[in-house]
Amino acid sequence: MRVLMFGWEFPPHISGGLGTACYGLTKALMKTGVDILFVVPKMYGDEEPGKIRLVNASDVSVDIRNEVYKTHESKISYMEIDSTLLPYASEEEYYHLVEQLESGRSLEQLNLHTQKYSFSGGYGKNLMEEVRRYAVVAASIASQHEFDVIHAHDWLTYLAGIEARKVSGKPLVVHMHATEFDRSGENVNQLVYDIERTGMEAADMVIAVSHLTRNVVINRYGIPADKVITVHNGVEPPRETTGIDIRRHVDEKIVTFLGRITYQKGPEYFIEAAHKVLKRYPDVRFVMAGSGDLLPGMIRRVAKLGMGTRFHFTGFLKGDDVDRMFGLSDVYVMPSVSEPFGISPLEAMRSNVPVIISKQSGVAEVLNHALKVDYWDVDAMADAIYGVLRYGSLRKMFTNHGKAEVENIKWDQAGIKVKNIYQQMIRA
Amino acid sequence: MKSICLYFQVHQPYRLSSFRFFDIGRHNNYFDDYANRYIMQQVAEKCYLPANEALLSLVKKHGSQFKVSFSISGMALEQFEQYAPKVLKSFKKLADTGNVEFLAETWAHSLASLKSKKEFTEQVKMHSRKIKALFGQKPVTFRNTELVYSNEIGDMAYGLGYDTMLTEGAKHVLGWKSPNLLYCSASNPKLKLLLKNFQLSDDIAFRFSERNWSEWPLTAEKFVSWLEKVNPKDEVINLFMDYETFGEHQWAETGIFDFLKAFPTLAIERAGMAFKTPAQLSRELQPVAQLNVPYPISWADEERDLTAWLGNELQDEAFNTLYALEKKIRSLKDDELLRHWRYLQTSDHFYYMCTKWFSDGDVHKYFNPYSSPYDAFINYMNVLSDLVARTEKKLEENRRSRKKS
Repeated sequence: MRVLMFGWEFPPHISGGLGTACYGLTKALMKTGVDILFVVPKMYGDEEPGKIRLVNASDVSVDIRNEVYKTHESKISYMEIDSTLLPYASEEEYYHLVEQLESGRSLEQLNLHTQKYSFSGGYGKNLMEEVRRYAVVAASIASQHEFDVIHAHDWLTYLAGIEARKVSGKPLVVHMHATEFDRSGENVNQLVYDIERTGMEAADMVIAVSHLTRNVVINRYGIPADKVITVHNGVEPPRETTGIDIRRHVDEKIVTFLGRITYQKGPEYFIEAAHKVLKRYPDVRFVMAGSGDLLPGMIRRVAKLGMGTRFHFTGFLKGDDVDRMFGLSDVYVMPSVSEPFGISPLEAMRSNVPVIISKQSGVAEVLNHALKVDYWDVDAMADAIYGVLRYGSLRKMFTNHGKAEVENIKWDQAGIKVKNIYQQMIRA
Repeated sequence: MKSICLYFQVHQPYRLSSFRFFDIGRHNNYFDDYANRYIMQQVAEKCYLPANEALLSLVKKHGSQFKVSFSISGMALEQFEQYAPKVLKSFKKLADTGNVEFLAETWAHSLASLKSKKEFTEQVKMHSRKIKALFGQKPVTFRNTELVYSNEIGDMAYGLGYDTMLTEGAKHVLGWKSPNLLYCSASNPKLKLLLKNFQLSDDIAFRFSERNWSEWPLTAEKFVSWLEKVNPKDEVINLFMDYETFGEHQWAETGIFDFLKAFPTLAIERAGMAFKTPAQLSRELQPVAQLNVPYPISWADEERDLTAWLGNELQDEAFNTLYALEKKIRSLKDDELLRHWRYLQTSDHFYYMCTKWFSDGDVHKYFNPYSSPYDAFINYMNVLSDLVARTEKKLEENRRSRKKS
């Protein structure tokens, strides 16, 4: 069985979870004997050599006389996007990408009847334009290759999936890693919402990364429940983290928030919970690691509550600093308002850190050895933090069972489920 | 002629209110009065009253051929008095027929037998006095919380004057032996043991309404035919279960009440069996063998051991912290502290902290008001922390006033 898969990024050039998720899933699918043709907008030449056959959309010629080309090009002029379109990307990576885009963007190289697009593969201002052009290229690719199923990851690639389906007549599955509601709350970008909806309506099947996301897909996009299937993400084995200095220089216990400081991640609830804990239990330090548009407001709030000596901001952390932060933590809190899946608590658990996660996260559906609270229930969150810090057996339980639980959340299971979906579509 | 021993456990815990860490030291409203009242009144209407009614009509119909036994925990008795006095009245009416035996147990439906002989003794005595006061009979048969039993527990019960005990017919204890006979304790042959036939008991208690069970629907006709098929050498079939099976675990709509009314009649009239009480059977039958139970057994889960209540880190910390208070609490002679300490001993609190159901056990989920054992643990520990703080404070006050005088 061969799958034509459309992604937006692929390791090592990833800006967040989407690339990682695609990578984990494709590897697992290949283990089940599925052959994959993975299309990315842009290749950098240093992608991991392996069995995954990558297709670089920037290398594909497009006939400018063709209809697909005309439809999409005609729409490109009036597309605008704003800055909240990142699937799982971090704020820093995003700024970085935008800078790159603005400085060195190359233009289309035209010849007489065909042209190649030079995609940035990022999430810049011309994103909508790239999404359209990616669809044009997808049609070409679909006509040049043999395959049985088309699989498109997140809205960026849905138009590509639709075009490939039109050209080939093969069934399409679209994969919802995040919805526009997760990214933007109630202020949805209508263009993005429309593409998501169009993609799911055109698709033969929709995969959601959690039941939470599945419900959003059904209730807010009006997609019939019987074509939406939940396939929980897996986790990649940990990176080598030996030799990291995790000596503590404070005696107090440390409670950590690590993530983008944006509406979606619920940082203000963490602050209010911290305030409640500190009132009764002063021997704790709270750390908020990350950056984002809500950061200045959060700093002001902490100052106003007068807990600046106990509540610390680290700014954006990456690489070893993330591991070090986990190493120093006694509790990890993820108070997300809306989290389609959420991989970071799993990383914390792998470092033997007890986690408190919001019930509004997909990952809550797959974890037993975690404390779960409603993101808005600051009392419950404070109580959970206090409980882990004070009642020793909780830490013991999490240490004894948490790590093993995470190690059991494997991509292999996801791979098998997705393969079943392919088979079902081919039969139908 | 074979006998049937019907025994029902009646119990409702005092469920805890949501008690946050910032409530510690502020107030001691540990118990969710609203939920406790609501649940008691619901279960009274759905189960206790109609089930008592059904049994009463069976007694009237069959006279001495139909007897039953109950153990009602002190927690349930107190809540009947507080929230559902009608239920108590209907149990008294059953008691007045003379066909009902009330068994002894621990007042708080506790696991004190595993931790403190002194506390165990006190609770059993409290319970026995209450049963005498309410139903006019002094219990002679003992049933420990969740049918928890070991040689040692048997010895303690015998020491308190009970010569018969009920427990589980656990396979790992019985081996090839049949549960349908009278046994005695290996460490004290004078203590007789009646063993639950879990197959036939659970057919009613757990499987009755299970539509994908190959025997569904379970009719009285079918059930009595199974009773008739039991080995002719067997003497007594012990059907032990939660009383809440009727109308609560198995809803009235499943036909459970019709079943309850029909199968005894059929067993008596067609199969010629008699329904007897544990005390009666203990007198009439001869023990066929000794049972050696060095490690405690119970009626819970596949394992029939203590792991539903004790054994994981959470349960052990909570249990040990609770009983570490015993000496101090006793020394204070403060009725309310003692009462709260006892309410916290109810086995349900530890059951809620069980992590076994992560892999199996829908039963656990059904009986658990918490969404996870971790939530149950944190809430319980907050309450217990407050109780510890109150105890320490009181001790300190006593020390100071003693210095002064």
